[in-house]
Amino acid sequence: MSDLWLLPAGIEELMPADALRLERLRRSLVDLCYSFGYDLVSPSLLEHLDSLLSGVGKDLELETFKLIDHSSGRQLGIRADMTPQIARIDAHVLRSNRPSRLCYAGPVLRARPQQAAELREQFQLGAELYGSPEVSADAEIVDLMISCLARCGLGPIHLDIGHVGVYRSLAELASLNKEQEVKFFEALQRKSTPDLELLVGSLDLSPELSNSLVSLANMHGPVAELADITAQLEMFGSSVSSSLENLRAVIEKVAKTCPSLDIHFDLSELRGYHYHTGVVFSAFCEGFGKEVARGGRYDSIGAVYGHSRPATGFSLDLRQLLCLSVRNPIGDSVILAPPVGDDEALEHLVVALRDQGNRVVRKLHLGDDWDMEHVDKQLVLGNDGWIFKELPSK
Amino acid sequence: MLTIALSKGRILDDTLPLFERFGVFPMENPSKSRRLIIESNKPDIRFLIIRASDVATYVQFGAADAGVVGKDLLLEHGGDGMYETLDLNIARCRMVVAEPETASATSQAASVARLRIATKYPNITQKHFAAKGIQTEIIKLYGSMELAPLVGLADSIVDLVDTGNTMSANGLKEVETIADISSRFVVNRASMKLKRQALSIVIDRMRESLKGSEH
Repeated sequence: MSDLWLLPAGIEELMPADALRLERLRRSLVDLCYSFGYDLVSPSLLEHLDSLLSGVGKDLELETFKLIDHSSGRQLGIRADMTPQIARIDAHVLRSNRPSRLCYAGPVLRARPQQAAELREQFQLGAELYGSPEVSADAEIVDLMISCLARCGLGPIHLDIGHVGVYRSLAELASLNKEQEVKFFEALQRKSTPDLELLVGSLDLSPELSNSLVSLANMHGPVAELADITAQLEMFGSSVSSSLENLRAVIEKVAKTCPSLDIHFDLSELRGYHYHTGVVFSAFCEGFGKEVARGGRYDSIGAVYGHSRPATGFSLDLRQLLCLSVRNPIGDSVILAPPVGDDEALEHLVVALRDQGNRVVRKLHLGDDWDMEHVDKQLVLGNDGWIFKELPSK
Repeated sequence: MLTIALSKGRILDDTLPLFERFGVFPMENPSKSRRLIIESNKPDIRFLIIRASDVATYVQFGAADAGVVGKDLLLEHGGDGMYETLDLNIARCRMVVAEPETASATSQAASVARLRIATKYPNITQKHFAAKGIQTEIIKLYGSMELAPLVGLADSIVDLVDTGNTMSANGLKEVETIADISSRFVVNRASMKLKRQALSIVIDRMRESLKGSEH
């Protein structure tokens, strides 16, 4: 048997019910972002590779599919993330000095999945707020992210929030060299206390700093515990304290807009740390082994385009949410109408019904009883014109 | 409900006493039972009994909330999506590079274009030698690594050693230690957030059990 039907690894097609759910979720979430004041932008799937890999895209070199533009000889990339594109639009195209709110939705491709068994095509949807360093900007983005997840019908959501400044300041105090820093960061992401102890033990640090560097891995928990941690870390100076104060302020605002949200802090969960500069957050949901949405602050974005701006944003993968969101049955009833004939009134009626949002399927010939399973009503000619004939409920 | 993945054999034998010390034990003997999901005496904890090399995968995808896995398998797997919370200090051994006593392939690597290495751990091996600037040809085997250099299949091997008896019996000598290995208690990232309370209790109790076993 031929394998013409075979799809490449990590590529999945959506069948009618799911394709429609994805499309409806997309519309609904774009509308939601719009209702928060976010304007939709729609960059291209294909761009020059170097602009895709600039700024926040630096880590995406191996993830990006590449090809050559034979008309210019330059290398092109298929986007693996839309964030660098939106940053370029804000910095180079819009060039506003006032805060701008942008949202986006579209497919991205990953040459290699970031995790095993992950799909290589994602449907990325996200929002960015440029031009404001304020706590309210971060809180607004978290609010929007949580509202999007709620709109998808996801169960109780857990928000995990941290601040890269705490780790960064402590690492600076320890004056780790590049190689040590990479190893330390990696062990911290695994919260591997044994490995962290080993690494810190090999450095010549004060006992207080050593202890705090190791216990960073365990500095996570309910928001109520953040005050104790802040007191513990106070001795390490103002940059640690101001990061923690910033974190506390964002949490306080988020708790007001999303009162039922389960919020935890985590000072060592810093994926994507290389370009983040402030708070970082991710959302988790029962029944799923990894985060369902994530984001954070990355100031000085757009610097490569000569228009450096503070920024904060989030993104999620709609394809992934599809398998988690509530499966509302596609409840649209179908009206079966006779084939096109000489009856003008019937043609007008069909157009009007469709305009009202009904699903009207035309018979292909008179005896065509289409897929009666899904038909609720039939249009038939009565004494005074066209009437609906209800079909017995199934 | 917490689902904890364990593997048959040494890890199971050494881990169950740690659980028993804080009053959690399986309702049937996992070494004898053919069941793959075994309930514990606590209604909110159950065990999955799977192959050692699969534990990291189950925990990574959240099919199990936590598990016990050797650091060797964790290094080979990459450990993505997991927290490595405790060193259980059991199943201790070392991962080493070894070669025939008569040869000095590794030391002469600079003059060999390509070192052939037999191992169960291709990722670790590749990474280790790449960091030293040595090009390798990795031959993936599933067991009896020691045989490969004897019959000319490989120049050297990367494998675990405990006592070193099998190696010396086959005329191999250790050249280099890559890592010290012991079993780790790993937790899925999302589970750590969503089931923090239940997991913290288990982690704290395990830590206490470990302290108890040191004395």
